[in-house]
Amino acid sequence: MNAFEYAQPATLDEAQALLTSASGPVAVLAGGTDLLTAMKQGIVNPARVVSLKSIEELRGIEVSSDAVRIGAMTTLSELAAHPDVARLYPCLVTAIKGIGSPQIANMGTVGGDLCQHPRCWYYRNGFGLFGMNNGASLVLEGDNRYHAIFGNDGPAKFVNVSSLAPGLIALDATFNVRGADKQMRDIPAADFFKTPSAPEESLTSLAAGEVLTHITIPAAQTRNATYEVRERHGLDWPLVTASVAYTDAGGSAQNVRVVLGHVAPTPWVVDAAAKTLEGKAIDEAAAAACGTSAVADAKPLSMNGYKVQLAKVAVKRALLAAAG
Amino acid sequence: MAKNAWPSADKRSLIGKRISRLDGPVKSTGRAKYAYDISRPGMIYARLLWAPYGSAKVVSIDTSAATQIKGVVGAWPEMKDGDEVRFAGQVVASLAATSEEIAHEALKSIKVVYEVQTPQMNDVLLEKAETKEQRDEIPDAATVDKTFNEAEVKIEGHYGAAAITHCCMEAHGQVAEYRDNAMYIWPSTQNVSAYAAGLADAAGMPASQIHVDCQYMGGGFGSKFDSDQWGAICTRIAKETGKPVKLMLERDHELMAAGARPSAFANVRAGASKDGRITVWDSTAWGSGGMGGSRALGVPYIFGNIPNIRRVSRSVRTNRGSQRPWRAPGHPQSCLVTMAALEDLAAAAGVDSLEFFLKNLDYTERPDVYREELRIAADLIGYKDKAHPRGDSTPGPLKRGLGISLHTWGGAGHKSESTVTINPDGSASVNIGTQDLGSGTRTVVGIVVAETLGLPLENVQVNIGRNEYPASGASGGSTTVGGVSTSTRDAATAALNALFEKVAPALGVGADQLEAWQGSIHVVGDASKSMPWVKACSLLGQIPVTGKGSKPASDGTQLDNSGVGGVQMADVTVDIETGRVTINEFVAVQDCGLIVDLKTAESQVYGAMIMGVTYALYEESIYDPVTGRMLNADMEFYKLAGLADVGTLKVHMMTGPGYDERGVIGLGEPPVISPGAAISNAVANACGVRVPTIPLTPNRVLAALEQGGKLA
Ligand SMILES: Cc1cc2nc3c(=O)[nH]c(=O)nc-3n(C[C@H](O)[C@H](O)[C@H](O)COP(=O)(O)OP(=O)(O)OC[C@H]3O[C@@H](n4cnc5c(N)ncnc54)[C@H](O)[C@@H]3O)c2cc1C
Repeated sequence: MNAFEYAQPATLDEAQALLTSASGPVAVLAGGTDLLTAMKQGIVNPARVVSLKSIEELRGIEVSSDAVRIGAMTTLSELAAHPDVARLYPCLVTAIKGIGSPQIANMGTVGGDLCQHPRCWYYRNGFGLFGMNNGASLVLEGDNRYHAIFGNDGPAKFVNVSSLAPGLIALDATFNVRGADKQMRDIPAADFFKTPSAPEESLTSLAAGEVLTHITIPAAQTRNATYEVRERHGLDWPLVTASVAYTDAGGSAQNVRVVLGHVAPTPWVVDAAAKTLEGKAIDEAAAAACGTSAVADAKPLSMNGYKVQLAKVAVKRALLAAAG
Repeated sequence: MAKNAWPSADKRSLIGKRISRLDGPVKSTGRAKYAYDISRPGMIYARLLWAPYGSAKVVSIDTSAATQIKGVVGAWPEMKDGDEVRFAGQVVASLAATSEEIAHEALKSIKVVYEVQTPQMNDVLLEKAETKEQRDEIPDAATVDKTFNEAEVKIEGHYGAAAITHCCMEAHGQVAEYRDNAMYIWPSTQNVSAYAAGLADAAGMPASQIHVDCQYMGGGFGSKFDSDQWGAICTRIAKETGKPVKLMLERDHELMAAGARPSAFANVRAGASKDGRITVWDSTAWGSGGMGGSRALGVPYIFGNIPNIRRVSRSVRTNRGSQRPWRAPGHPQSCLVTMAALEDLAAAAGVDSLEFFLKNLDYTERPDVYREELRIAADLIGYKDKAHPRGDSTPGPLKRGLGISLHTWGGAGHKSESTVTINPDGSASVNIGTQDLGSGTRTVVGIVVAETLGLPLENVQVNIGRNEYPASGASGGSTTVGGVSTSTRDAATAALNALFEKVAPALGVGADQLEAWQGSIHVVGDASKSMPWVKACSLLGQIPVTGKGSKPASDGTQLDNSGVGGVQMADVTVDIETGRVTINEFVAVQDCGLIVDLKTAESQVYGAMIMGVTYALYEESIYDPVTGRMLNADMEFYKLAGLADVGTLKVHMMTGPGYDERGVIGLGEPPVISPGAAISNAVANACGVRVPTIPLTPNRVLAALEQGGKLA
């Protein structure tokens, strides 16, 4: 880890001033569970680290009649334990429980989970975001068992690993972002994540100096669930996760959202598959058909064809879980 | 006169009871100091730069920029220009600095130029592998072929186990301090008494001036016998700089360079009669333990007396860190290949697996033991109620199955010496240059002394872990308990007999009529004549008595023995839509002769089962085929089982007549041999297809289901 300046401002104004005034690269520090590892691995080398820990307005969960507003610095444990979140958004609670580590959930924050770096082992071993060696993709030639089965035509073959993101997209959440100019802007959850086509491009739509401040989720009652498949039963990354949400209109499904995680460089929205369920009752056959349709366009690499099967099953099981 | 034999069952107060380990409290409160925890005044930190390529030539190494960094004490090339790098993780240079952080950062300033070559990484495909050595045992090829062709039931299958590492919780390494013309070393080692010998060159002094102290260590599993290159580097820097030096490997380097269990693959043909009597075994096996290849598999495992056997072995060279003995070297792989093939044969014959193994036990060396153990294991797991033919036919994606495996091990005691001292105040101590890997050796040594002297365990001071103490062997191959308990019993007996000489006149009998029992010295057969222990010891006057004991390499003491059998059964659920395996119950039945401490013995088996679930389901060293880098040299993707993964574990130790009188036998290796095979067999029984290679991860399980036409 390189030497760096450290600041722990008490207001967003100060924080953003610190982020834009540095002469070298900067990093926002939330719980640090990803950032510190990335710094130790030498894949992120900030000259200045700005902690958001002391900024009160970024913490906590506000519930109103039409929305739930979650501060980016809310920890994953706090989110999972909140009674309204548990009642309205079981898909988020399952995703957090799935991390399988109380320590990470206690330290890790909502903002950090959404902005974390990919775990691709070529990236983490110093071969860059795209895992290149002498101009060739190590991911393609090497061990890609945990890599993308969707959205992998470009140089990015890694997967987005946020377990919260698919659920938030399925729930039609909005990401509230504050710019260096103090202006707020709202980004639909699905638009927040970007697939870079060059190594220096960002993984999110955050501009320099921008901070994710809140997540706003409609408080409408939906049926929603997450199903994930991991190798281990305890602490482990999902191989695939599926989050689904729909409105139950007297036994038929409306506004169906199906979102896959850990399968593409961004959370992967499968609208076409979701449409097949519109107006239908969710039963075993319908759920299975939706799963099959969700993976119709998958393009597995040499070693990750099994993830197609997992994605198919995860969609089916998430739908059945949501239907209860 | 105390006899140098184990007491009979009615005379055992401690031996064979469930006794908590002596160092439990210091370990669980963090007061136990491991090599990692040693801190010396003015200590500096050494770090190693390792090659990031599986195969390369070193063109140049330039440490000059690193030595300019503030806080860096020195930097040294550890390879010469032109030297060959043979695996990623090979040490290229070393560096020492005043803090760990500086050392870590400064490594980046050492400039190494490599000429990168293409590494040989394949060990899976035999036809494309680089074969190093071949060994064929084909007594009678024609008969083998004929028997196979004519067999009523036959199978041909592929089986294998991926290479794994030792992944010790405590990395390899040591602290070294040069002072007063002597070297003081605090290593993490399985080999306290011999550790110094490997450092004499680096220290520039005879081993007799090198003091080794390892009180606690966080796992070795066969990877910590030597002082290793890093031990030598640490020692050399300590000598050269005059400062205490700590050098512990970092996790990534540990996983690449400090131990590997060879991969193993085999193509097997086997035949049997319709009713399940094995008639022929024919296998081609290969595997790789890195640069040095690997030794041949011992297949068919334990069923060595099958009438017609052909065994072809190939050792494959790969550019990976070299193998080290991994708990029961060769056995888990041989066991997996054999038990999986035989279970496939049972399934092909339509014979229940338990019945099949029972029917062929006469091909093993210990049929009676296995028979009894199979019966007990079957009871514990509820075999009768749960067993079904291959392929669970209940509807739905969750399929349940049972698997069986059998194993063996030697476990005779190693060479060992002990001294036991009885003091005039009644206290007693034992000195022995052994080590406690976490297995309970310290406790076992204490129990043997206390039992021999008729004292409570807490009255015995146990001194281990230093090379000043009488030499004892390396802890490997399950040789420790037989070694240390034999030499310690011998020493305690000698000390006690010396005490008896002083006490006998006072009791008016000969020394040969005395025995020590429950805190007193008694005249055998005369309850009225006895003397409390403390009073007896006061007769020593000013001078303690010390007894010396030894366990020769191979001996006639009859205190230890060799040769055990064990049986394990697993009950698993396979989700055939996701390929995920869940352990429901896992049973181990094991003999190991006379058990000194039932609790630490059971713990040893529980630990082995957890380690076994790990390598059966999750563990695998994953290498990049292009660069030769280990991709999962961390504990995130190098996956070990956690408590949520292991299911309900049941351990049954075979004790009592038929077992106890055999003497003490080692237990470290045997219980870790069968888990891969038992779990693989249970998965096959559940989902109806054999998943050829462990670990049984979803990708492998789904591929096998797909190939078997069983993918939902
Ligand atoms: C072994 C292991 C298993 C894990 N398993 C899972 C899993 O199954 N699913 C899952 O989703 N996660 C998993 N995680 C990841 C964990 O959830 C994340 O590390 C954590 O959520 C990150 O939050 P943090 O607050 O610690 O972020 P930090 O480490 O502080 O930051 C992470 C990144 O986000 C940026 N950032 C943080 N907050 C903001 C903000 N408000 N605005 C802009 N940028 C910001 C930081 O600059 C940094 O780049 C696992 C981690 C480990 C180590």
